[in-house]
Amino acid sequence: MSTATTASTVKAVTRSRLFWPAAVLAVLLVANLAFTPDFFAVRLQGGHLYGSLIDILHFGAPLILVSLGMTLVIATGGIDLSVGSTVAISGALACLHISESTDPGSLATVLTAVGIALGTALVLGVVNGLLVARVGVQPIIATLILMVAGRGVAQLITDGQIITVTSDPYKMIGGGYWLTMPFAILLSALVVLATVLLTRSTALGLLLESVGGNPVASRLVGIRAMRLVALVYVFSALCAALAGLMVSSNVSAADGNNAGLWIELDAILAVVLGGTSLNGGRFSIGGTVLGALIIQTLSTTVYTIGIPPETTLVFKAFVVIAVCLIQSPAFRAKLAARAARTRRTTRPHPAAPTNREVGA
Amino acid sequence: MRQQPVLEVRGIRKEFPGVVALDGVDFRLYPGEVHALMGENGAGKSTLIKVLTGVYQSDGGEVELAGEPVRIAGPLQAQQAGISTVYQEVNLCPNLSVAENVFIGREPRRFGLIDWAAMRRRATELVRGIDLDIDVSAPLNSYSIAVQQLVAIVRAVDVSAKVLILDEPTSSLDRDEVRQLFTVMRRLRDQGVAILFVSHFLDQVYEICDRMTVLRNGRLEGEYLTSELDQVALVSRMIGAELAGLDQLGGGKRRERTARTGKAFLQADRLTRRGAVEPYDLDIRPGEVIGLAGLLGSGRTEAARLLFGADQSDGGTLRIEGAVTTLRSPRDAIARGIAFCSENRKTEGLVGELTVRENIVLALQAARGWTRPLSRTAQDAYALKWIRALDIRPGNPEALVRNLSGGNQQKVLLARWLITDPKLLILDEPTRGIDIGAKAEIQKLVANLAEDGMAVLFISAELEEVLRLSHRVGVLRDHRMVAQLDNDGELTPERVMATIASGAHQ
Repeated sequence: MSTATTASTVKAVTRSRLFWPAAVLAVLLVANLAFTPDFFAVRLQGGHLYGSLIDILHFGAPLILVSLGMTLVIATGGIDLSVGSTVAISGALACLHISESTDPGSLATVLTAVGIALGTALVLGVVNGLLVARVGVQPIIATLILMVAGRGVAQLITDGQIITVTSDPYKMIGGGYWLTMPFAILLSALVVLATVLLTRSTALGLLLESVGGNPVASRLVGIRAMRLVALVYVFSALCAALAGLMVSSNVSAADGNNAGLWIELDAILAVVLGGTSLNGGRFSIGGTVLGALIIQTLSTTVYTIGIPPETTLVFKAFVVIAVCLIQSPAFRAKLAARAARTRRTTRPHPAAPTNREVGA
Repeated sequence: MRQQPVLEVRGIRKEFPGVVALDGVDFRLYPGEVHALMGENGAGKSTLIKVLTGVYQSDGGEVELAGEPVRIAGPLQAQQAGISTVYQEVNLCPNLSVAENVFIGREPRRFGLIDWAAMRRRATELVRGIDLDIDVSAPLNSYSIAVQQLVAIVRAVDVSAKVLILDEPTSSLDRDEVRQLFTVMRRLRDQGVAILFVSHFLDQVYEICDRMTVLRNGRLEGEYLTSELDQVALVSRMIGAELAGLDQLGGGKRRERTARTGKAFLQADRLTRRGAVEPYDLDIRPGEVIGLAGLLGSGRTEAARLLFGADQSDGGTLRIEGAVTTLRSPRDAIARGIAFCSENRKTEGLVGELTVRENIVLALQAARGWTRPLSRTAQDAYALKWIRALDIRPGNPEALVRNLSGGNQQKVLLARWLITDPKLLILDEPTRGIDIGAKAEIQKLVANLAEDGMAVLFISAELEEVLRLSHRVGVLRDHRMVAQLDNDGELTPERVMATIASGAHQ
C-alpha cells in the first residue's frame, strides 16, 4: 500500500515538467565533483561568497535574463534572434556615455547611461514587435534584420574600438557584491521573480499561451494578440539590454564585436532545455532558468575539466544532443521499449506475470 | 462459415493522464464487411481508431492482422500493414494538388524523379473511378470539404486495400455526396475490403453496415448484427442505464414556437462580403432562435462570421441594439455581447494544450484583459459548474482539452461562451460529429437559453434539428439567402429542402 503511494509520488515527480531539466543539471553538477573535489565548496572571503556554484550563477546571470525574454517570445510562437545585438548595443551605449562624461564615477551618470541603454532597447523591441505583430513579418526574419544590423550599430557606437570605463557604480551591476552575493545574481533573480509574478499572477501567462497555442482561436476569443505579441518583443529587448549592461559592467568595457555573440542561440537552447516548445504555447520560466544554468554549468565544466579549447564546441554539442534526447518523452519511450524487448528475449519465460503490468 | 477476421483486437487498453480511454476492448473486423463502431462521445471510438492506426501506442492488449500478431508502431506501419484511415477532419495538405495528395510519399518515379504526368494520369483515373469529376492538378483547398474527404478516401483506398477506417466521413457531406460515398463503400466491400465506419447518423449506419461494435465509457458493450439490433435498442446500449435523455430524442413534441415581437437585438441590412456571401437581411430578437439552413459551402458560416466581426463586411449596415455598428474584430463583437462557436473546434475553437478550465475561462479572461485576472477560485468555480451542468467528461478541469472527445470539446466551447453571458449566441454546427445523447443535451440547452431571453443563431446541416429549435429559418444557397421561412408548425424538412433545391424566394 505504502509502496504504491510512493510509486505514485515518484511518478508525479518524474512527470513534472521541471523534473528532467533539474535532473540533468544535478547530474552535470555531480559529474564535476569527479574532476573538482571541492566543486560544491562555497567559502566566505572578505565578505564575498566564492565557489564554483556562485560562479555558475554569476556568469549565468546574463544568459538567464536573455533566456527569460526569449521564453515569452517563444511562448507566442515567435523567436528573437536580435538579443545578442541588443546586448552589444546596450553595453556600448552605456559605456560610451560613461566614458564621455566628466564624472564617470557618479551615480547620476551611471543611471543616465542605464536609462539610455534601456530606452534604446525599448525602441528596438518596439521595432521588432511591430514588424512581427503589425506588419506580419515572420519572427525569424524580422529579428534577423536587427541581429545583423545591430552588430554593425554597436560597432558604430564604439567606433570599432573597445571602450573601457572606470566607474564604481557601473562596475556594481555586473561585477559588484551586495549582501555577500554578486549583485548580478540578485538582479537576475529579481527579474525572474518579477516575470513569474507578471505572467502567473495576472492573466498574461494564460493569454500568451493561448496566442502561441492557437492564434486563430485566440483571435476569435477576443484576445488582442497583436499587442501581446508586440509586448513580448519589447520585454525580450529590455531583458537583453539588462544582460548587456551586466556583461559590459563585469569587464568594465564595451566590445561591439563580441559582447553577446551567439547568446541568442544559447538562450533558445535554454528555453528548449527548460521544456518550452518552439511551437509556442505552454511555457515554463522555472524550466528556462534551469536550462540556462545547464548551459552555464556546461561551459564551466569545459574549463574545469580541461577540455582543449578547440574542441569545446563539439563537446558542448554532444552534451546538448544527449540532454535533448533524454528529455524527449518519445525517445525515452523508445528506449524503454527496447530495454523491455531485450529483457523479454533474454528471459526464459516471456509470459512471466511480472512482465504484464497492464491487462485486467 | 465465418472466415478468419482480417483484424482482431483483444483486451486493448489506453490511458491518458487522468482518463482511461480504452479498458480491455475486444474487436473483430472481417473482410468484405462494413462494420460500425458505435458509442457516445468519450466512449473510446476515436481512441480505438488511433490505436489501430498507430497514432497512439496502446498500453496493453494485442492486435492481430490476418491471424498474425502485430505491433503497430506508427501510422506508416499501419499503412504498410494495410490499414488506412480517413479522419473526421481531413488530414491532407490543403495547399498541394489533388494528385500530390493522393500520391504523397509514394509518388510514381521515373529515373529517380517524380513522374508528374503519370501521377496526374493515375490520380485522374482514381477520382473518375468514384465518379468524381475534378481537376487533379488544382490545389486541394480549392475544393469543398466534401470533395476533399472523397480525395482522402481515394488516397486511403489506393494506399492499401485491406482495412479502411472511415471516422465520421459523412458529417461534412450533403445527401448526394453521402450516396456517392456509400456507392464507393459498397464497391470496396464487394472487393473484399473490410471497412470500419464511424458515424453519429444512425440511419446511415443502418443503411450501410452489416455488423456493429458498441463501446461505452471505454469498455466493450457488445458486438451485434445490424439486422438483430434495432435503433432504440442500440441507443440504450450506447448510453447504458441513463435512458432519461431519450425522451427528447424521438419525435417528441416540437416546442411551442410563437414568433417573438419586440425590438431586434441585431439587424443586418444588405450585409455582404465579396466572394463570401451576397447581401442579406436578418433580424434577431432576444429570445429568438434563428436557424440557418443550406448545404455545406452555401454561405451559412460566412454569413455568421460577418455578425461576429470574424470577417469584415464590405457592404450593408449592421445595427446592434438599434445603433449602427462596425465590427472590426471579434473583440468588438464580444464587447457587444455576441458569442460565436466555430464549426472547426480544433482549429478555430480550442487551445489543445491548455486545460479544460483554462479553455473555459479564456473568453471571459480575454474580455477582462490581462491585468484583471480571474482568481483561481473563480476559475475553478466556473469550470466545475459547467463541467457539471453540461456533463463534460472526464469531469477533471485540469485535463488537457485535446485529450477530450469531440462532443466534450464542443461542450467546453459552449461553456466558454456561456460564462460571458452573451446576448446573441452564434452556434455553427454545434452538434456535428457528436453523439446522440450530447446532441439532445445541447439542443435542450439552446432551447432553454432562448427561453431565458438569449438570441441564438443556430447553423446546422441537419434540418430536423434546425426545425426543432428555430422560430425562423434562413435558407442559403450559393452564398445567397434565398428565403426566410417562419417555423409555424407547418414547416417541414421537405419544404426547406425544396427551398434549398429550387432557390425560390418566399
